[in-house]
Amino acid sequence: MDIVKMWQVFWEKFSNPDTLKIVFGTGLINTLLIAVLGLLIGIVIGTLIATVKVMPKYKLLPRVLDKICSVYVGFFRGTPIVVQLLLTYYVLLPLCGVSFGSLNTAILVFGLNSGAYVSEIMRGGILSVDSGQMEAGRAVGLSYSTTMMKIVVPQAVKNILPTLGNELIALVKDTSVVSFIAVVDLYKTFQEIGNRTYEYLMPYLFMALIYIVLVALISLGIKWMERSLRKSDRRN
Amino acid sequence: MSFLKVNHLEKHFGPTRVLEDINFELEKGQVLVIIGSSGSGKTTLLRCLNFLETANQGSFSVGDEILFDAEQTYTDKQIREKRLKFGLVFQSFNLFPQYTVRQNITLAPKLMLKEKQLTAEQRKESLAQIEQKADELLESVGLKDRQDFYPCQLSGGQQQRVAIARALAMSPEILCFDEPTSALDPELTGEVLRVIQSLKGGDRTMIVVTHEMGFARDVADRVIFMADGVIEEEGTPDEVFGNPKSEKTRAFLAGVH
Repeated sequence: MDIVKMWQVFWEKFSNPDTLKIVFGTGLINTLLIAVLGLLIGIVIGTLIATVKVMPKYKLLPRVLDKICSVYVGFFRGTPIVVQLLLTYYVLLPLCGVSFGSLNTAILVFGLNSGAYVSEIMRGGILSVDSGQMEAGRAVGLSYSTTMMKIVVPQAVKNILPTLGNELIALVKDTSVVSFIAVVDLYKTFQEIGNRTYEYLMPYLFMALIYIVLVALISLGIKWMERSLRKSDRRN
Repeated sequence: MSFLKVNHLEKHFGPTRVLEDINFELEKGQVLVIIGSSGSGKTTLLRCLNFLETANQGSFSVGDEILFDAEQTYTDKQIREKRLKFGLVFQSFNLFPQYTVRQNITLAPKLMLKEKQLTAEQRKESLAQIEQKADELLESVGLKDRQDFYPCQLSGGQQQRVAIARALAMSPEILCFDEPTSALDPELTGEVLRVIQSLKGGDRTMIVVTHEMGFARDVADRVIFMADGVIEEEGTPDEVFGNPKSEKTRAFLAGVH
């Protein structure tokens, strides 16, 4: 088949309203849902873990929490996300007797996974904030947690925003493995087009293009956010 | 009766003794200036009083309340309450960069207000008081026209004046300054020293760690000279600066003049 023919075959299938609905209405939406919600869950978990990690370790409780967090981070950074998806969907959840759908499972696993990575990013961010900020917060009578959340973490987040953008981009692309647990994502929809037409070059090229556009849009969004957060900064 | 009493305070970091058997007293409304070379323990002493460090031995009290006793352990909540007796102005200002000047001053009082159980009516009244107090403080440090600026848009001297206002916003009984002008250009120290000078009087008790000897002599009611973690000499400014008894004090004063 020559290129023109390949394109015609692909386009005929792709431009069909039903296919468009599945590609953009289901595939794209699921990919974005998993990546964005996953990152949000990851930021919450990551911030909690990072806070535990930088807590002073005089007492028993912070030390126990620290160990738990280390095991958590060790597991989620130490195993491939496909393994985590399969383990959760086919082993863990059935063992516990619960099932809340493959999409929700994917969001959950991506959130837990990203939490492990974000925790290290966030820890670096918190450590980059001058220790005088914590002391100043404590000196005016605020508690450790209030100082952390109102004074230190906002500065940390500003510092790590470019890296968090990286994490979101990585997540968007990593979502292409969720078809392992039967979630219909962007990759799955294009694979399906290929399966129907027995022609894979054009669908996969077009899919790559969509991923590139997605990532470019995310980069723009991050840049814009960074600019608005740099209001109080000398470097604007 | 003395307002602040410090008894046998000791602090060591591992084997390094930073403070040894520190004893002194201060009357309400007095200004104590602590001088001494770097590493003599001045800053550590202030940090112990503000509960940023925990002393290993000794105790101190404000009024008739024993604030700290090394024999006892305190919960975080207790320490937070005790800490409010003291305000601290840092050498490096440590303003919160993401908040405006005004927010820097009102942030802590507002957050503390949230923790209290109040009716909507009381809350509104307290908020109004906080804003009014911020106005007064901004006025007194001469930065009313800069209240919506971010710290990075201010000069070092202005930042330190904001830091002073921020410390005063919590109405501390004793205001501590940790080398407030050491991070400033020489031409900016004057404005900060003038603000500190203007705060003197009435019931305001202050402890100032400084290397500005002229200022120390002007503002102090009591002077302590520290060397190697001990109080080497203590007295009125005239006694310590005019007629120092200790050999170390004499050497130090000869060195800085």
